[in-house]
Amino acid sequence: MLSINREQKLNLLIIVVILALPSAALWLQEPFYITLMTKVVILALAGVGLNLALGLGGLVSFGHAAFFGIGGYVAGILASHAFNDEWLFSFFGLQVSGSSSMLLIWLLAIIVAAIIAAVIGYFSLRTQGVYFIMITLAFAQMIYYFAIAWPAYGGEDGLSIYVRNQLLSLNTADPMIFFAICFILLMAALALVSMLRNSHFGAALQAARQNEQRLAAIGIRPFGIKLTAFVISAAITALAGALFADLNRFVSPDMLSWHTSGEIMIFVILGGVGRLMGPIVGAALYVLFEYYLGGITEHWGLFLGILLLTVVLFARGGIVGLIAGELKHE
Amino acid sequence: MKKIAIAMALSAVVCTAQATPVKVGMITTLTGGGASLGIDIRDGFMLAVKQAGNSDLTVVIEDDARKPPLAVQIADKMIQLEKVDILTGIVWSNLAMAVVPSAVAQGKFYLSPNAGPSALAGKRCHQNYFNVAWQNDNLHEAMGSYASNIGYHKPYILAPNYPAGKDALVGFKRLFKGELAGETYTKLGQKDYAAEIAKIRASGADSIYFFLPGGMGISFMKQYTQSGVTLPVMGPAFSFDQGILKAVGKAALGVKNSSQWSKDIDNETNRAFVSSFGAEYDRLPSLYASQGFDTANLILSAMKTADVKDTDAFRAALKAADFASVRGAFKFGSNQHPVQNIYVREVIEENGVLTNKIIATALQDHGNVYAEQCNL
Amino acid sequence: MPLTLLFEQLLNSLQFGMMLFLMSAGLTLVFGVMGLINLAHGVLYMVGAFACAIVASLTGSFWLGLVASLIAAAMAGALVEIGVIRKLYQRDHLDQVLATYALILIFSEATRWLFGSFPLYLDVPQILATPINLFGWFYYSSYRLFIIFVGLVVAVGLYWLIVKTRLGMRIRAGATDREMIAALGVDIRTLYTLVFALGAGLAGLAGALLGALQSVEVGMGDSVLILAFVVIVIGGIGSIKGAFIGAMLVGLVDTMGRFLLPELLALFLTPESAASIGGALSSVAIYILMAVILVVKPKGLVSANA
Repeated sequence: MLSINREQKLNLLIIVVILALPSAALWLQEPFYITLMTKVVILALAGVGLNLALGLGGLVSFGHAAFFGIGGYVAGILASHAFNDEWLFSFFGLQVSGSSSMLLIWLLAIIVAAIIAAVIGYFSLRTQGVYFIMITLAFAQMIYYFAIAWPAYGGEDGLSIYVRNQLLSLNTADPMIFFAICFILLMAALALVSMLRNSHFGAALQAARQNEQRLAAIGIRPFGIKLTAFVISAAITALAGALFADLNRFVSPDMLSWHTSGEIMIFVILGGVGRLMGPIVGAALYVLFEYYLGGITEHWGLFLGILLLTVVLFARGGIVGLIAGELKHE
Repeated sequence: MKKIAIAMALSAVVCTAQATPVKVGMITTLTGGGASLGIDIRDGFMLAVKQAGNSDLTVVIEDDARKPPLAVQIADKMIQLEKVDILTGIVWSNLAMAVVPSAVAQGKFYLSPNAGPSALAGKRCHQNYFNVAWQNDNLHEAMGSYASNIGYHKPYILAPNYPAGKDALVGFKRLFKGELAGETYTKLGQKDYAAEIAKIRASGADSIYFFLPGGMGISFMKQYTQSGVTLPVMGPAFSFDQGILKAVGKAALGVKNSSQWSKDIDNETNRAFVSSFGAEYDRLPSLYASQGFDTANLILSAMKTADVKDTDAFRAALKAADFASVRGAFKFGSNQHPVQNIYVREVIEENGVLTNKIIATALQDHGNVYAEQCNL
Repeated sequence: MPLTLLFEQLLNSLQFGMMLFLMSAGLTLVFGVMGLINLAHGVLYMVGAFACAIVASLTGSFWLGLVASLIAAAMAGALVEIGVIRKLYQRDHLDQVLATYALILIFSEATRWLFGSFPLYLDVPQILATPINLFGWFYYSSYRLFIIFVGLVVAVGLYWLIVKTRLGMRIRAGATDREMIAALGVDIRTLYTLVFALGAGLAGLAGALLGALQSVEVGMGDSVLILAFVVIVIGGIGSIKGAFIGAMLVGLVDTMGRFLLPELLALFLTPESAASIGGALSSVAIYILMAVILVVKPKGLVSANA
């Protein structure tokens, strides 16, 4: 009963390392490394969101930057209205103010992204394979170009968040506290995904990926299952976007670009598609290599490329797959 | 090389007054699209540092790959880990907007060698933010004014559909008196302009003003020349500067462009800059290189009179701008942006190399309209 | 609206469509035959443009540059296929995406290391530099007409290659049943290398041809890659005919969107906001087109097996 397999051991180790690094940085009084690990945790959260659609549902979304950016813009827009003390909107006597409360921002980010994901998913899920990849990209590009040209919130120049948003009475400006907030959210998302995976819903989703006809034959409509997975996936990624905005004190259309979609996808593939902790390992490797190589040489792109190529050619199933062995199909 | 070595030896003797070391963090674009701009800024900056030979000044340089989140990460690293005193180097407005507000709020100085978004000149100006290049509208205003003065009365104007593009066309219209044959916003990053050129041809325009930085401008000029439309072309310096002229080719000959700097501005500093830059890097300097060079010299001048740890004194020393600029006289306005002459240059061929020559002064001692929104 | 302008814009649409076809023909060929998603298509386009610019500046001949672009890109393609791509055919699409993304990083950075960050010079050949008079009342860039011509030649050439030749027969057979064709004694490895090199060569040729109209610099392939994917997805992935139709459609919608949307909006908006909103709408016109087509026809306009 209590015997745990290799992947579970690895998962525990990953959590310990992620907690240990910022603690060490705190002890060394180098807050920058805490910030860097916070970035890893937030990007990993975005990856966890995508991994639900991609790993479990086989839905290769090349448009998750849309949700990441929407989360970011919800945070940025609410915060800027709160900072400037202006109404967010007011018509027919209904006046809504901005907010610097993280709880409210997260909630709104999740709701807005879920609604948009429901619309995008409704249309996109009619297609499959490469067509699905490209139609999700198309929707993300529409939002991207809209954000670039939309003058109210800075267009391509983006939107600054001058004071980090508030959570209860915590001092969110403290790097370690902000890290802890992000880490807890990441763990919560992992718990949710793990729970979903082991539920009837998760079983149906994996069945939908493997054989749609069989699922339909036993009376389950794969469309609804897939759409639900897509919406939850988008909501998690949007939450990460809201945190990313707070981390950088800034949002810009760059968060919505196809490069961002590609990067989130790379975290997932690099770590190991469908692995619970895959996105964490992927995001950590990507960010740390970008950071270290960027400090050493301006030709860091070349070495990052060689590294990614090596992983893909010689470590099937990503880094987690390399260490923990082949994924067991249930 | 030899010249620089001598200059270094000389200045090493002279500059021994201040002992507090100054650490500068340069975040600039060295890879990806637009890397040539960052490279020019860096090379201009480092040339000045090398010539000064001041061992109290150290510079750390990192590539932002034109990604705002990466720029923020590097800024955090430089402030928290490297403990720099001054940040500089950013090429693009959107990256500047990501980095500058939080850097200056943490008590660091930021000296902009290129981007000048209006927010940082107006409402969001800051006592620790200095712009050594221009406010984004400046070069466009100059060309608008010049176009009126030489009697163009129906220009067609176009720019990409993003904030800097809109600022460009608004800037042009601010000082241009007359009507427009049309205005068009193109897609950011667009490379084919056949549809736009056809519209220009049919619009009855008497001239064209365009702001299409980087590869967009190269593409537009090549296609324009082949289209058979022969209206006179105007633009800001960005599409006709040294780094890009070779790629545009003879299509650029005769184009009027506005700039606060040109290699033929006649003063001692500028002549020395042009020749030493050529000796060091084996190419002609660009506008961006001149801005990097001036930025470094501004820092060096402040180091002579003030200690960087004494923030108020150092800020006052920066604001005094007591250095020999390649632009000649240099001074800051109330919002710490340059008040300077802006020239009109024409693209010419000189010893088989395409380059620019000043033909007029568009604006004298020109500041920017955002100064009144800034309460410094 | 003057009829001349409308006609010119239609011609521009056709011409832009041909450009798009040249960019995407190789991509759809590689996908159709090997089932490979090749994000590195854009860097092969860049290799072609750089080869052409360098050879043209050394020899002074654009035409030699054009030949060089074909050879350089095809060789780069063959090397990449043998070194990397070959190991990916049996993998799922995600591994292909990651590997070819890594190739983008490697090629872009290596090119920048070798040739620097400053854009290179490449101009159209002298003979095609001046506009020509069509029908006596209308001037059009002769180089753009030349691109239309090359696009047609490539389209016909590919059709002939795939439908009429022995190699084409093997390609078609290989696309439908890999084991079968191997059993028939065809060396499938060499065949795949050949097809990949052909696709790369086409990308390189497109890079050289368009490089003369646009800027030749590192990263020039990025936007091309997305455009090419839009085209082949609309047309139906793997189908040359689909790519041709998709390219024409995207060319038409994009050009006419840029031309007509601001004019249309100007009827009831100020010129300034018409220009701004029209510009924003026309930027996304092709993505709206793609989304609409895929919602109606989830496998694109032309089924690949047709």
